[in-house]
Amino acid sequence: MKIASRFLTRPDAAGAVHLTVDGEPVTARPGDTVAAALLAHSGDASRQSGKGAPRTAFCMMGICFDCLVEVDGRPNSQGCMIPVRAGMVLRRQRGLRPLAGGGEDA
Amino acid sequence: MATRPSEITIIGGGVVGLSVALGLLQARRRVTVLDGSDGDFRASQGNFGLVWLQGKGADFAPYADWTRDAVAAWPGFAAMLEELSGTGLALDQSGGFEVFTDRAELEDFSAALERQQAHLGNRFSHEIVAADDLRRMHPGIGPGVVGATFCALDGHVNPLRLLRALRSAVSALGGRILSGAQVSDIAAATGGGFDLSLRDGRRLGAERVVLCAGLGTTPLATQLGFVTRVRPQRGELLITERLADRLPFLSSTIRQVDEGGVQIGGTKADVGPDDSETLGMMATLARHAVTVFPALADVRVVRAWGALRVMSPDGYPVYARSPRHPGAYLVTCHSGVTLAPLHATALAEWIDETSNAPDLEAFDENRFALSDAA
Ligand SMILES: Cc1cc2nc3c(=O)[nH]c(=O)nc-3n(C[C@H](O)[C@H](O)[C@H](O)COP(=O)(O)OP(=O)(O)OC[C@H]3O[C@@H](n4cnc5c(N)ncnc54)[C@H](O)[C@@H]3O)c2cc1C
Ligand code: FES
Repeated sequence: MKIASRFLTRPDAAGAVHLTVDGEPVTARPGDTVAAALLAHSGDASRQSGKGAPRTAFCMMGICFDCLVEVDGRPNSQGCMIPVRAGMVLRRQRGLRPLAGGGEDA
Repeated sequence: MATRPSEITIIGGGVVGLSVALGLLQARRRVTVLDGSDGDFRASQGNFGLVWLQGKGADFAPYADWTRDAVAAWPGFAAMLEELSGTGLALDQSGGFEVFTDRAELEDFSAALERQQAHLGNRFSHEIVAADDLRRMHPGIGPGVVGATFCALDGHVNPLRLLRALRSAVSALGGRILSGAQVSDIAAATGGGFDLSLRDGRRLGAERVVLCAGLGTTPLATQLGFVTRVRPQRGELLITERLADRLPFLSSTIRQVDEGGVQIGGTKADVGPDDSETLGMMATLARHAVTVFPALADVRVVRAWGALRVMSPDGYPVYARSPRHPGAYLVTCHSGVTLAPLHATALAEWIDETSNAPDLEAFDENRFALSDAA
């Protein structure tokens, strides 16, 4: 399911990958990164910074760390560097991650 | 038209040069800071940010005293600098540990602290903390830790904000900072003062010069007849992703910066003018951190870097006046963060030769003259 986004995707989607963001179903295209899928889904903030400021992917090339998101239980994952997989569970982050609960190493 | 030479020209705009500049400006001198380029090795941009007393000067009482005074001066210095610059420094002096995973190292360091204690008497105190007591105090400490030492006077500061604050304070007080001003030659001018040639061809005059050029010091020091030669010592550091929780302790190798990331450091290597980071040291640092505080195993490192310490032959500060060229001074040290408050006060007075300037004879470079001639 797609909600209003300022970002357009090319129309040639071959197949679809289904994942969830904060429990909500999201459809992405095979080969998209998590950040691209989130931007295409809604251009909303995909996290809040340590000071509570809204942030979303910016550079899309692994430099700015503004695309951090929780991927399958692992916080601070760089969405722009991770391709989508069917069944992925994404969560928007609010503030900094806690010391405990960093998820398993991929 | 030639510009009027400023009263005091400082060569090098790192933490050391800027601290001295700040002190001289507060004494109402006119000050110009000539700072090199981004390609230079710059300890002030890659250091660990400790404001640290524990262990300092165990074998050289003047350095123990000097560091003790610096640490005591930090709160007032930080308040003044924050006021002048509008930059928060995140100074926290609530005590720090040296944590050990090797019994022999713990014993050696405990003995060094006894010697430091003998120099400083009631101006210092330290504790040796047994491993079980440490784990009772901080349950997250790992089983590989054999003990620690603690000094209630130790602390840390945000070193990059310190550098930025010093730059803005120097400018706010009317100091001139010229970036990209690499001094290549310095000579006594006929009729007094000094002629400086910059790498880009510019020439500048100066009434007095203070050489604070970090690892760029040696060639200019030689031209002024100083015998001190500084050498680089590489340290490598890691920083992790930022955490919402605060680590319950500060140690000399693991410190959580005010923004939440955990900085891990403390390696030493004599590898010449090479500040690259190495996979081997990164692994060593990560292993050390996880041994001390196992919960960090789960936390990711986001950056690693190397930086070069500026070391005098014996590792202690050098504050020297040129015997051959009155008006030329050499200032270099390791731990320039810790010592900043004194560089901006007592040392600036000594350079300014005021009547209440401290006696800094112990830090003169004549201590190297003999070995240098041998
Ligand atoms: C890994 C590491 C960890 C450290 N940890 C701590 C710590 O926890 N606590 C602490 O107190 N200290 C620490 N230090 C030491 C501290 O960083 C240094 O003592 C301090 O930064 C030195 O400052 P400086 O101004 O002398 O040198 P630098 O910062 O190197 O500055 C020298 C400046 O001179 C300029 N320059 C060089 N040549 C010329 C030239 N020919 N003409 C004009 N300008 C020139 C350069 O561009 C540079 O800006 C650490 C250092 C390192 C490397
Ligand atoms: S968008 Fe910049 S690092 Fe991912």
